[in-house]
Formats: sequence, structure tokens, C-alpha cells
Amino acid sequence: MRKILQDDDLEYAMGNLLRLGVIISSAIVAIGGIIYLYKHGMHLPEYATFIGNKSMFNSVSKIITGLKEWKGQAIIQLGILVLIFTPIARITFSFIGFLIEKDLLYMLLTLIVLAIITFSLLAGTNIV
Amino acid sequence: MTILTFTLLIFLGALLAGFLGSLTGLGGGFVIIPMLTLLFGVDIRYAIGASLVAVIATSSGAAAAYVKEGITNIRLGMFLEIATTTGAVLGAYIAVYTPVNTIAIIFGCILIFSAYISLKKTSETIQQTDKSRLARTFKLNGTYPTPEGEIAYTVTNVVGGFFTMAGAGLLSGLLGVGSGALKVLAMDNIMRIPFKVSTTTSNFMIGVTAAASAGIYLYRGYIDPGLCLPVTLGVLGGALLGSRFLTNAKTSKLRNIFAFVIIAIALEMLYNGFTKKF
Repeated sequence: MRKILQDDDLEYAMGNLLRLGVIISSAIVAIGGIIYLYKHGMHLPEYATFIGNKSMFNSVSKIITGLKEWKGQAIIQLGILVLIFTPIARITFSFIGFLIEKDLLYMLLTLIVLAIITFSLLAGTNIV
Repeated sequence: MTILTFTLLIFLGALLAGFLGSLTGLGGGFVIIPMLTLLFGVDIRYAIGASLVAVIATSSGAAAAYVKEGITNIRLGMFLEIATTTGAVLGAYIAVYTPVNTIAIIFGCILIFSAYISLKKTSETIQQTDKSRLARTFKLNGTYPTPEGEIAYTVTNVVGGFFTMAGAGLLSGLLGVGSGALKVLAMDNIMRIPFKVSTTTSNFMIGVTAAASAGIYLYRGYIDPGLCLPVTLGVLGGALLGSRFLTNAKTSKLRNIFAFVIIAIALEMLYNGFTKKF
């Protein structure tokens, strides 16, 4: 019974999913990076002082606004969002695997992990 | 220094960090935070954010290769992820109320600890007696492939391992690192899992653990696009290069050198933390 998740094609698919997520996000980050460096490459970097949540691209809505204006930083942040969602997609994928195996215990454990991560993603929004 | 030069220099540094991190198995994230803070004068909070993103990238990239080999114990990983993600969310909350110099000091200590773990000679005895009732209930025992065929192993001290993992998650959320050393320690020394299984399963969990605190960090403005650009692409590129060069011949020597470099960096972090230079 426990063999299924260990040797099956599901493992393969899971590995490919992770790789795909990394490739897509790096490509988005690289495109955003070129635009950002083209527009701001000659400015001076300012990272010595931390401005916290006054920063320009620290929420999904701010990122979307930036994307509409083709801001390089917003595109980079979109790539990072894709990257953050890659392991989350993997967990969702595991859930499907446990569902196929009819392993109720692990379906429950997977949902708990998903709930904790969702909590983190949503809890952040109230702080802004 | 313009943004263009700044970005290129950090990219090269991250490339080297990713390369060495993948060759030695210590992970590139370790060098990123000291490099950004000590060399480039970046606020440690931005450095933590960039490091966390790089950790997710390298973990996901490497996991793709590991998962296919069938060594990763997915049930064990999922079970322990409950501990690591809870710890990570807590860590990210605590981070805001922790003075930056204290964070630098804790970071220095973790660096020394990780270097020590990587230098320590590990001897392993694979445990095969099925003693733990919890391990049976949660189906944590497994097998892994070797040249001589599948080897079965059992897991002990599930509760101890679970709580150490929560601690590893807490540090990951607090410092923006993968805290792989602590995860491997929990699995090797406490739960008695074979080394090969623990390293790959640890890597499998690192990305998820980091993703759990990434949301909180993003909203707090720790994750800056201009900094994540060279760090993420550099570390990822370096790790890719490293995995191409991965030959067993010289890695132990390299690992020793890298461990001492890390200890030197750790002392610098500790010194700056205690003299409140952050």
C-alpha cells in the first residue's frame, strides 16, 4: 500500500511540477529584472534603511497595480509569488496522491499543512 | 555604485554561494545574509527576505532531482511539515519583535552549529526493529534503494523529532534560512533515519517551511524585488552548476574549507551583533 506513492509516476510528476515552477518563476524574474535594470540601472541602491510595509510591492494588489504599468519590480515580485506557490502546489499534489490511495489520515495531515500556510498568506494581509 | 553594478556584484556573489552550497551540501542561503549585510551594507531584514526566496528556489530545484530517485519519505516529510510550518509562522511573527542585533547573534550561533554538524563524522546504524507505535500509526517506516537492493528502516522517538522540527521551522522563519542542519540532526540523531533519506526528506521540507513564512515576510516588506533578482537567479544558477560538477572525489576537502569559512563569517556576525552594528 505504501509503495504507491514511492515509486509511481506521481513522484515523477511531482518532481516535474517543482522544476516547472522554478523555471517559470526564474524566467519571469529575469524578464522583470531586464526591465528594472534598463529603467533604474543608473540610479543608486538604497538598502541601508528598512522601510517595511511602506515598500511599493508588498501585497498582491500593489503588485497587480505595478504590473499594469509594466514596472520591472512588479514583474520580479510576480515571479517570486510563483516561486512561493511552487511548494504549495506540491502539497496540493500530494493530497491528490493520498486521495488516490484512500489514505484518510494523510489527507487530513496534508490539509493541516495547507491550512497553516494559507493562514500565513492571509494573516499577512491584515498587517498592511 | 549604481544599481547595475550593485546587482551584478551580488549576482556573482550569489552564484559562488550557490555553487559552493550545492557542492558541500550546506546550501547557499548561509552565505547570502552575511554577504549582503557585511559586504554590501544591506539592512539584515532585506537580506533575510532575499535569502528566504533563494532557499525556496534551491530547495524546489533540487527536490525535483531527489524525488525521482525514490529516497524521499513523503509521509515522513508531510508529517513533520506540520511541525516545521507551525514553527515557521511563529518565527516570522517573533522576527518583528526581535531586535536586529539579536537576530544577527542567533544567526551567528546557527552558522557555527551548522558548520560543526557538517564537519562531524557521521556513523550510521540503520534501525530495523519496529518499536515505535507512533511511527506505525503514522506509517513513517519505509525503505530506500541501495545498490544491494531495497533496505527497510524504522523510525524512533517520533515526539522528540517532531518538536526539534518545530524548532528548526521557528529558526527558519526567524532567520530566513532553510535550517537544513537542524532538520537533518532531528532525523539522523533523534529519529534514527538513514542519512540518505534524512537529507533528501529535509530538502523536501525546506521549501514548504520557507513558503510558510514567505507570505508574512512579503507583506512586511522584507522581500525586495531589486535584491531578490540577483540573489535568486545567482544562487539558483550556482546550484545548477554545482550539481553538474558533483563528483565525490574532492567534496570532503571542499566541505572542510567551506565549513571554516562559515565559522569565520559566523564570528564576524557575532562580533557585529554584540557591538550593535546592525
